[in-house]
Amino acid sequence: MNTMQFILVILVALICGMASVLDERQFHRPIVACTLIGLVLGDLHTGIILGGSLELIALGWMNVGAAMAPDAALASTISAIVVIVGHQSIGEGIAIAVPLAAAGQVLTIFVRTITVFFQHQADHFAAEANFRGVEWCHIGGLFLQGLRVAIPTGAVAAIAGTSLVSQWLDAIPPVVTHGLQVSGGFIVVVGYAMVINMMKARSLMPFFFIGFTLATFMTGINLVGLGILGACAAVVYVQLNPDFHDSIKAPAAATNVGSDDDDVLG
Amino acid sequence: MTEVKKVESLTKKDIISTYFRSTFMLGSFNFERMQAIGVAVTMIPAIKRFYHKKEDQAAALKRHLEFFNTTPWPASAIFGVTAAMEQKKAEGGDIDEAAITNVKIGLMGPLAGIGDPIFWGTARPILAALGASLAMSGSILGPLLFFFGINIIRMLTRWYGFKVGYTQGTDIVQDVAGNRLKKLTQMASVLGLFVMGSLVSKWTSIKMPLVLVSYKQAGKVVDTTMQGILDSLLPGLVALLMTFGCMWLLKHKVNAIWIIFGMFAIGILGYWAGIFGL
Repeated sequence: MNTMQFILVILVALICGMASVLDERQFHRPIVACTLIGLVLGDLHTGIILGGSLELIALGWMNVGAAMAPDAALASTISAIVVIVGHQSIGEGIAIAVPLAAAGQVLTIFVRTITVFFQHQADHFAAEANFRGVEWCHIGGLFLQGLRVAIPTGAVAAIAGTSLVSQWLDAIPPVVTHGLQVSGGFIVVVGYAMVINMMKARSLMPFFFIGFTLATFMTGINLVGLGILGACAAVVYVQLNPDFHDSIKAPAAATNVGSDDDDVLG
Repeated sequence: MTEVKKVESLTKKDIISTYFRSTFMLGSFNFERMQAIGVAVTMIPAIKRFYHKKEDQAAALKRHLEFFNTTPWPASAIFGVTAAMEQKKAEGGDIDEAAITNVKIGLMGPLAGIGDPIFWGTARPILAALGASLAMSGSILGPLLFFFGINIIRMLTRWYGFKVGYTQGTDIVQDVAGNRLKKLTQMASVLGLFVMGSLVSKWTSIKMPLVLVSYKQAGKVVDTTMQGILDSLLPGLVALLMTFGCMWLLKHKVNAIWIIFGMFAIGILGYWAGIFGL
């Protein structure tokens, strides 16, 4: 890794860290973050593949309400560097990504607590109608979130090329690495469970089972096909759902006596 | 205050500035008032346009530094409504501070109820799943599809959300409670759950080569593996059960990261014991 690459890696990490709290342009998602790190390090191909694999695991990681998701940003940047610069396998990258996501979550909780200070600072500026001041408080919090990812990523980038990292990773017994690969096959269900729970739609669970059964027994159908079927099911469900038909509901309420005659005429 | 003053509406430049600011609304997320500073920063162009006295500006800033938390993208609709109310207040209409805060707080919950299933539950996971399936074969189309797809949806939501909110003002409250958005949410939920169901089957791989019974038939050894028995019952059953296990744990407030570590422990122990195979 040359100096230019090192600077670019830090820059990407800074953007990913900010995106992680913003949840806006989605630079923090593994599929984007790993691709960018791959691009910067001159191995786009590996970056894309690692990004795709990590994206599957992180599919359901989301910030809902006050609950926070495991941090995809730190996990993506560091594991991409370790895989590309440290010449590790994709499986190894996935294995280290999850502990990193946990570490990233702890760090963002820390930063979000510190930002309370900026909140109070903003109150003071607001009392003086100091717009600039409030804006700086905002940017301050955002910048801290960027540093939260950029600093650890920079530290790893500095040592990733040395034999230190590969020595550490080699020290992991094979039963653990193989076991981690095995879990890689089903760890995705945590994300699916997060999505399903968030929907809070128990009555719609039959559609989950329809999707499951179709995908299980119609092995030839791909994701686009399943998406089309799902979309059709969604439209038909809403069209047939009596909750959305005022015309059906109104007679049941029986507010208008004699409406039956009108119906015949109308 | 009864006299109606003429207050300038937001200019095109103000609306663009508000849009740009709104895309950074979560930057200073904190555990005390969550998205509060971001809301105030987003409202600054409107506050500057409507209020010219320093104490009015300070009061408006203070109003928007109160607790706020909802799904970020559709929140632009709330900003639109809030801007419309601020304008009315500046014109001397009978809107007090509490009314503005109440509408903001009142819309937060229902909007998250619509936004979370549509954006986090359906749009993002489906685009991400599509992108990831392409990316895993090394195609640059995967990341591009995800990135541009999700960002077009996001930008349209923010831009038109604000416009609709600003032009309709408080009338939007009926829209949020009304059938049209409920329909959209239900459709998103059906699609999301359908795809989640198919992913549970399609994108998990659990191999259980543990031999349960072994017998000789016509001189050949026939092994009955755990995998074989489960597959004859229902392929993907283990993944399905694991999904429900995770849902149960999440409902009981177990942190996702602990569940993920638990999954790793199951994988390692299972591989060690020979239940799971690669």
